Amino acid sequence: MVSEVVMPKMGYDMTEGTIVRWVKQEGDEVKHGEVIAEIETTKVTVEVEAYGSGVLRKIMVSEGQTVPVGEVIAVIAGRDEAIPGIEEKSAPAVTEAPRPAASSAEAAVGAKEEPGPRVAASPVARQIARQQGVDLKLIRGTGPGGRIIKEDVEAFLKKRPAEVPRPAPVPTAAAPAAAPLEIPHEERDLSRIRQTIARRMAESKRVAPHFYVTSDINMTEVLKLRQSLNALVEERGKISVTDMLVKAAAKTLREFPEVNASFAEGKLRVYQRINIGIAVALDQGLVTPVIADCDTKPLSQIAHEAKEMVERARTGRLRPEDFTPGTFTISNLGMFDVEEFVAVINPPEAAILAVGSVTARPVVVDGEVKAADRMKVTLSADHRVLDGAVAARFLQRFKLFLEQPLHLVS
Amino acid sequence: MPMITYREALHQALREEMSRDERVVVFGEDVVAYGGAYGVTSGLAKDFGDHRIMDTPIAEGVIGGAAVGAAMGGLRPVAELMTINFALLASDALINHAAKVLHMFGGQMSVPLVVRMVGGGGAQLASTHSQSFEVMFAHVPGLKVVTPATPADAKGLLKSAIRDDDPVLCIEHALLYRVRGEVPEGEFLVSLGKAEVKREGKDITLVAYSRMTLVALEAADRLREEGIEAEVVDLRSLRPLDMETVLASVRKTNRAVTIEETWRTYGIGAEVASRIQEEAFDYLDAPIQRVAGVEVPIPYAKHLEQAAIPDAKRVVEAVKQLLVRTGG
Repeated sequence: MVSEVVMPKMGYDMTEGTIVRWVKQEGDEVKHGEVIAEIETTKVTVEVEAYGSGVLRKIMVSEGQTVPVGEVIAVIAGRDEAIPGIEEKSAPAVTEAPRPAASSAEAAVGAKEEPGPRVAASPVARQIARQQGVDLKLIRGTGPGGRIIKEDVEAFLKKRPAEVPRPAPVPTAAAPAAAPLEIPHEERDLSRIRQTIARRMAESKRVAPHFYVTSDINMTEVLKLRQSLNALVEERGKISVTDMLVKAAAKTLREFPEVNASFAEGKLRVYQRINIGIAVALDQGLVTPVIADCDTKPLSQIAHEAKEMVERARTGRLRPEDFTPGTFTISNLGMFDVEEFVAVINPPEAAILAVGSVTARPVVVDGEVKAADRMKVTLSADHRVLDGAVAARFLQRFKLFLEQPLHLVS
Repeated sequence: MPMITYREALHQALREEMSRDERVVVFGEDVVAYGGAYGVTSGLAKDFGDHRIMDTPIAEGVIGGAAVGAAMGGLRPVAELMTINFALLASDALINHAAKVLHMFGGQMSVPLVVRMVGGGGAQLASTHSQSFEVMFAHVPGLKVVTPATPADAKGLLKSAIRDDDPVLCIEHALLYRVRGEVPEGEFLVSLGKAEVKREGKDITLVAYSRMTLVALEAADRLREEGIEAEVVDLRSLRPLDMETVLASVRKTNRAVTIEETWRTYGIGAEVASRIQEEAFDYLDAPIQRVAGVEVPIPYAKHLEQAAIPDAKRVVEAVKQLLVRTGG
């Protein structure tokens, strides 16, 4: 049976993906569920599995190329099965320009131009890209047949954050000398993940009016409970503080649906599922894999899923299901001995919880100064969606779940 | 400014030039009493006398030859050919003589003739009377070819043609004689070899000439309703061809569609498109489209004739084809 492999959609804002590597080559046998390729989205590298068994007959998109979500990237079929029309198809963003048989002189010029498959782009789009130092491979063409046209390059330039370093334009005789006051520096290209973070965080701060509410939580009881629970299970099953925070947040969100919401086109979108993202710091940047339906899952399952997911994130092997759209995010910098911090909301969510470290601090209990394990959390909230009092009550409730932690296992 | 017809504008040009320069003479089939096939010379005989305007036999070879001889002999003849279809009979005189004399005889004499002729189809005159042979003449170095689309250009170009020292073919269009437009009174010249932007726009350049300029303007009106701003460049002269005006427009809009009434193959659109890619390649955002006549002998049947000649609908379709967007 002929089975087309398409660029999968991973996460609500994914529009395109890049083939990083073909694990299987044309002619290789593949089984259903086997990893055939690795793709890179704006967030992470993920594996693509075969949905059918047979022979990987045709690879439509070569390594390094970017195509829109839903585009056919490969075809799996029986070894001798006819694949109707497939030979003619090719990815629109990367259509090979038809060329007449080149004379030897033309071939020499062509070879110098651009190695690899040619990106379909209009002459003026190429000219602007050349002048602005833009790599056409990063741009999605919207012209006929997916050709990159002037408007696409202009839109790309507009979207590109101002701080993106530009490769120096081709020097001309009249090029002015570098400004004398400029500090010597190295200009680095942004990784896709960095570009995404830059775009999304700037957008968040620009559109969502943030306000912040901080609460100081007594962690004594919850740490005790964690110890007791972990005594019952093997290493793999152990529960982290973050897992307990996820569970507490999920329970709190159930009671405060307006926090589990988005501001969308002048309306409030109140979500019926509670999907909590956990910010994971990687060398390349931050990713936020999501645990779906945290309110309905027991703590042990949250712990299990979180552990596997974070591992996948660290090894760059996140799966499509790790990018279920989130409705709330927790960012924990406690392990870095940070007392407290504020986080930027992960759009389109309405709030994010920034968690500091658990430290023994003196507190006054019944008129006496005592040492206690305390943790500070700060909720950043989108003021378009909710007000300070709601955020305060949210934290109050969250604090109660942690200070009376049997709620978390009830 | 007075609103007059294309016919009246041409008449005005002849009258003014005949008054200005007594070397200007007019001849052709039935130009005296009948006023020419389209009435352009009507009344000139009464005012200028039969030594300045005369009828010829129905023999275009004679008309062409007489024009070349008269011009070489020191007159400024304005010959009229009833239609461009009959210019084939006069083409030996025009191509082998008028276009060559200055070159072959070391610049001893020029051939300051004008031949007015009527081109174009759309009037149900059938295959042999509806053609547009301007491409054939514009192909020839040594000839100049103008193709006015408006009454003002008809006057200004014909006056300039009469004053020019080289042979100029003024190709009028059968369906334009009754079209009205503002025309300056008295001295008004339009330089040969100067195109004109008839309408400004930023999204696409429509390059046309003769009646197709009006078709392009109509298409631009329709495109505006869809938010597309088309710029219309009227070539006005096919030789010399003013590419500067075309290129300036394409550099602005990054796209072009050429429109011609005659057949596509080896046509004006082919020439203009080729020059654009040679001289403004880096400004193009799309391939250049050509809208042209269907490659058949022009049919007599009305609906078939209309199907063979470009109209605003076809121009709009071509433009949309260039502006089509995928995904986004």
